[in-house]
Amino acid sequence: MSETVASVSALIVKTLLANPKVPRDINGSSKIVEDLAFDSLAVMNFVMEIEDTLDVSVPLDRLADIRTIDDLAACIVSLKQAS
Amino acid sequence: MSIFSKYEGLASALASVTAGGGRNPFDVVIEKPISSTVGLIEGRETLLFGTNNYLGLSQSPAAIKAAVAAAEAYGVGTTGSRIANGTQGLHRQLEERLCAFFRRRHCMVFSTGYQANLGTISALAGKDDYLLLDADSHASIYDGSRLGHAQVIRFRHNDADDLHKRLRRLEGTPGAKLVVVEGIYSMMGDVVPMAEFAAVKRETGAWLLADEAHSVGVMGKHGRGVAEADGVEDDVDFVVGTFSKSLGTVGGYCVSNHAGLDLIRLCSRPYMFTASLPPEVIAATMAALTELENHPELRIRLMDNARRLHAGLQAAGLRTGPQASPVVSVILDDVAVAVAFWNRLLDLGVYVNLSLPPATPDQHPLLRTSVMATHTPAEIDKAVDVFATVARELGLNRAA
Repeated sequence: MSETVASVSALIVKTLLANPKVPRDINGSSKIVEDLAFDSLAVMNFVMEIEDTLDVSVPLDRLADIRTIDDLAACIVSLKQAS
Repeated sequence: MSIFSKYEGLASALASVTAGGGRNPFDVVIEKPISSTVGLIEGRETLLFGTNNYLGLSQSPAAIKAAVAAAEAYGVGTTGSRIANGTQGLHRQLEERLCAFFRRRHCMVFSTGYQANLGTISALAGKDDYLLLDADSHASIYDGSRLGHAQVIRFRHNDADDLHKRLRRLEGTPGAKLVVVEGIYSMMGDVVPMAEFAAVKRETGAWLLADEAHSVGVMGKHGRGVAEADGVEDDVDFVVGTFSKSLGTVGGYCVSNHAGLDLIRLCSRPYMFTASLPPEVIAATMAALTELENHPELRIRLMDNARRLHAGLQAAGLRTGPQASPVVSVILDDVAVAVAFWNRLLDLGVYVNLSLPPATPDQHPLLRTSVMATHTPAEIDKAVDVFATVARELGLNRAA
């Protein structure tokens, strides 16, 4: 697998910045709910976009432990490695 | 610190809904039903376009008579759960009636439709299994997934190809894969492409559960729902539904040809730890089911009415869901406008549901209506006129 937490995190930031409503100064340590002002539905819909890009499914129960963009990146990398 | 301080955001959101002097939409009281289509609200006779009472059977004389007779014969309550306190003969009769109606071998009855999803989904999908849910699933399905311990994966709404892609990613992983779809989605009234999902189920070996809460009594030649209409009932492993829509009472059920369903009675917490349905509700439900079976013309009238309302609202320049079904929603962009619109509809004698994000797809507020077989064409035209009037007042109707 070529993905690393850093590369997946960068991809998530890039995907998020395509949305004009997202603050411009986000980085890997940005908190998805607090800093991006996403509600639960917006988080799930955004994760779906990332899933398609990286061909991975993130179970909803894993989302409960994710606070930052780097947390999400680490989760995705671990899921990719497991598969 | 108050135990309620975590709800400050909710309190301010509610305050903003009533800030313009409008009503609290969650506090409207239907003082008395005058008929299935008219209720008394704020002392005025008001057209009911938001009750999910699709066939009007909540006011069925046959169901009322059956309820009275059952209460007189058996009393008004069961005072406990079937597992702890015993099954009554009427519970068995109702399950047998539902088996016959759905042509399935096994049935479990729950005390509400919400509990039917909660109890079925949480028990069927265990710790090592996967639940695949449509992104627009009803809260009872999401809550069922949280009560169980399966890994939960969402797929794009009504997109069987997207489901297939996600099942492909799970190839080789142990555990059962249970796919959950709804017949008619409750917010927008869009219908599942059940045959497409059935094809994915066959190809991948997944299990398929269809929540036909809004489609039983509405779709299919015999009213068995979208699976019947699409000719794929054999591919649907579990049908979950409710009595509180087309049958006009309260309660829920799951039917299946899998004998294992009976084991679920012993491990489904929402089934085991709640009081069972009371006699009068069971009797009314069975009478309403007979009405549903004996009056297929109700379904024809319902769909005629749905098309009339859908077309009328579109002709009034309003944006609606994609297809005519008994749920017709007007889609708006702004919550404050939706609140004002909803208040004016009620001022002018039309009751609909105000549905606000995040309970709606795509973050849009909705004026959600539900149609009945018992609405007259004149009542539908009146409702459309009122919608058009309010849209004009608010400067909303696009060029029709």
